[in-house]
Amino acid sequence: MSHIDNVSRRRFLKGAFGAGALVLTVRYIPPLLAQGKPADGQTFDQTDVDRATFHPNIFVGIQRDGTVYIVAHRSEMGTAIRTSLPLVLADELDADWKRVKIDQAIGDKRYGEQNTDGSRSIRNFYDTMRQCGAAARWMLIQAAALQWSVPAAECSTGLHTVVHKSTGRSLGYGELAASAASLPVPTKEQIQLKKPAEWRYIGKGMLSVDLENLCTGKAMYGMDARLDGMVYASIERSPVFGGKVKTLDDQEALKVAGVQQTVSIDPFKPPAAFQPLGGVAVIADNTWAAFQGRKKLKITWDNGPNESYDSVAYKKELSETAHKSGKVIRNIGDSDKELAAAKNVVEADYYVPLLAHAAMEPVVALAEFKDGKVTAWAPTQNPQAVQAIVSSELGIPKENVICNVTLLGGGFGRKSKPDYVAEAAVLSKKLGRPVKVVWTREDDIKFDYYNAVAAMYLKAAVDDKGKPTAWLQRSVFPPITSIFDVTQVYGDPPHLAQGWTDLPYDLPNIRIENGPAQAHVRIGWLRSVANIYHAFGIQCFTDELAHRASRDPVEYLLDLIGTPRTLDFTNVQYPNYGADYKTFPWETGRLRKVVEMVAEKSGWAKKKSAKGHGFGIAAHRSFLTYVATVVEVEVNHQGEIRIPRVDTAVDAGLVVNPEITRAQFEGAVVFGTSIVRSGEITAKSGVIQQSNFNDYPVARINEVPAQTNVYITESTAPPAGVGEPGVPPFVAAFCNAIFAATGKRVRDLPLSSNSNFG
Amino acid sequence: MVKLKVNGIDRSFDGDPHMPLLWYLRDVLGLTGTKFGCGMALCGACTVHKDGEATRSCITPMSATAGNEIRTIEDVGTNGLHPVQKAWMELNVPQCGYCQSGQIMQAVSLLKSKPHPTDQDIDEAMAGNICRCGTYQRIRQAIKLAGGKSHEPHR
Repeated sequence: MSHIDNVSRRRFLKGAFGAGALVLTVRYIPPLLAQGKPADGQTFDQTDVDRATFHPNIFVGIQRDGTVYIVAHRSEMGTAIRTSLPLVLADELDADWKRVKIDQAIGDKRYGEQNTDGSRSIRNFYDTMRQCGAAARWMLIQAAALQWSVPAAECSTGLHTVVHKSTGRSLGYGELAASAASLPVPTKEQIQLKKPAEWRYIGKGMLSVDLENLCTGKAMYGMDARLDGMVYASIERSPVFGGKVKTLDDQEALKVAGVQQTVSIDPFKPPAAFQPLGGVAVIADNTWAAFQGRKKLKITWDNGPNESYDSVAYKKELSETAHKSGKVIRNIGDSDKELAAAKNVVEADYYVPLLAHAAMEPVVALAEFKDGKVTAWAPTQNPQAVQAIVSSELGIPKENVICNVTLLGGGFGRKSKPDYVAEAAVLSKKLGRPVKVVWTREDDIKFDYYNAVAAMYLKAAVDDKGKPTAWLQRSVFPPITSIFDVTQVYGDPPHLAQGWTDLPYDLPNIRIENGPAQAHVRIGWLRSVANIYHAFGIQCFTDELAHRASRDPVEYLLDLIGTPRTLDFTNVQYPNYGADYKTFPWETGRLRKVVEMVAEKSGWAKKKSAKGHGFGIAAHRSFLTYVATVVEVEVNHQGEIRIPRVDTAVDAGLVVNPEITRAQFEGAVVFGTSIVRSGEITAKSGVIQQSNFNDYPVARINEVPAQTNVYITESTAPPAGVGEPGVPPFVAAFCNAIFAATGKRVRDLPLSSNSNFG
Repeated sequence: MVKLKVNGIDRSFDGDPHMPLLWYLRDVLGLTGTKFGCGMALCGACTVHKDGEATRSCITPMSATAGNEIRTIEDVGTNGLHPVQKAWMELNVPQCGYCQSGQIMQAVSLLKSKPHPTDQDIDEAMAGNICRCGTYQRIRQAIKLAGGKSHEPHR
């Protein structure tokens, strides 16, 4: 394990303990391979990389002592991304990982896109990291060649050194830093990337640079941010989404020891997007006093139009919509005609409720408004979105918002929505002091951006072998786009493409539809997003058809997937997770392979489900990664469900960091276990009924799979996602295993409120 | 005035006696290794040792700490990492890491009373500590690994 300073912490302490926060003008240079100088000739002086003796681009810098700084511009929420991406650069640089220090970036568009979501950090920056590392290595080689007066072609690199083989000379990177700095930066065409056989780190991986800090309590999260003179805020928000304060009596609150004052925050103007929700903030000397003061507020609310929102009625409404013709998303053949004429028709309804993120670190942010500028410390997945919302809330230029990114105590998509950072900035401006806004767990659960509630209706006409001759699937869910445009009621192409538009089955008649649903709460991205409900519907329905036909579910699934081919989305809106379709085509052969692999590894052929003991399978592609999962369950006489074993096979293309990838897939099945067992947010009279881990339980150590085996396929395909793709197939496979053990179908999640299981 | 010991240092507290120990540690002493997760003893992120017993600091009022010895994550592994921390690192347990201070404090306490815990012992002792990233499988293995090494003298 290499010892690497937690730079984000170091930086943060500088600001935190009065040594002066870094407040610097941010400038933009488009080409990542440029010399690292702003257009006007001044030098960036923002990061250790910028200040290093040799910094050929904004991602890497080398000091005379050989220290290599590498910028991590993505947010660390447990995926070890601030290890894995710098590791790619270090590999191409031929750097000694023990001499690498990680420099956590602030929000800054010069790094390109920074929203750490969508399982795309490696996918989108793999090439950039390689090029930046290779460019630096190229310049170091040139510098050494000049010094030795030999052709650069005769020189190569060893670990942290340039070597001239024929004379046995070598120079360390530190020794070359100053001379390399005076050389021109190469073009993309000049640099040469390593061949896979030459990789030191890619494909082998490295554990998190933060590992020791994470085990010793030294890791600094947003919750741990402190500034001299800061005050603590806890905000009472409208219990109904979109409500406003009618009357406020804060007299009792102000009597609480440690409470300083209350401050009102204006309600948002629809659409909500990332604006603060509004409400009344209690300002205090410490967190607890702020919480206590808040309990004493007397507020009456004008609840507004969402007061009638009732999740029981809403479920019925969605289900009814799912039974009516919807918008056609993709069509092959004529399903309607075939279904009308068919002898054997099977249909089923599936339902997944609203889900909350419930990251272990509740939402929190620290911000200081001073001299027209805001400096924030936030556990954010999206620091540039922090800049944007703080800029618009305070009416200051984006460049005047410095967003320091702390470690995140979990994100799962919640912390890509920076409403909470805006709250801290708004309050700091009003108070003229640094303000730390701390959400309680109750706030975190009641004022989330929930994963959409979804109803699905599936219908198939089957032949005498039980194979569909026609397939209809219709989903209804309030779309995420509703937070940006309140008139949006249909699924948008990127989220329909999450496992719905791209049904991979080789069938003559397919009709894929989507119906409208009005949102009454904030809907947002949550780990795996729409794939959760889409995979649940499709993969459970597939299993139902297999069992009805008395066919082996694996054999049946492979039959439906059909022969290896590339799915054709001509005339279909299929955004493919924002990736180029030629580079990341949808290949059914890869899905087949993971199904076959997991069947083999789990010993599927020898497994026989019986009463109380069942096996289930599901397969799904999401975030460009192909995953198949087999789940084993045991159900006792009391109906208690145990999960002795899970096997999951993964084709994520090239995997940079296999050990970290395995951990992500292990975690995904735990996340999925929570969804199946107990994940459910409900509303009555517009008020969210859950509040903490007592009524929004998440999986505990005694409820999760006893053993999860992850098999990663060797692949030369470009790297795809690993954080999210494990969740959707697990959820479906778990439910299919429950059927195999009990004979009861799980069509409504979660089990805890399903009358067949709860 | 409440007198107590925190990580071996004598402390006195004359604030609101209802204030939970968690916020005293975090906001007053700046010991931020102990985490806030739920405020209701439901998640275990705030676990510290009170006279050697794993205790949820978020529901422990300062008035209930008089004369007690409190130990937090900051005091574990100060003279070389604790076997539990070593096992945590060896098996790459943490993901986001936010719950891990509490997990480690709970595991240290478990191993003190049961140096070689069974799976059921682990379930019983650790079921109060939530990990949303889902590192439970590794937590279980790490506890067993550390248990195997528990003959190593360590405070």
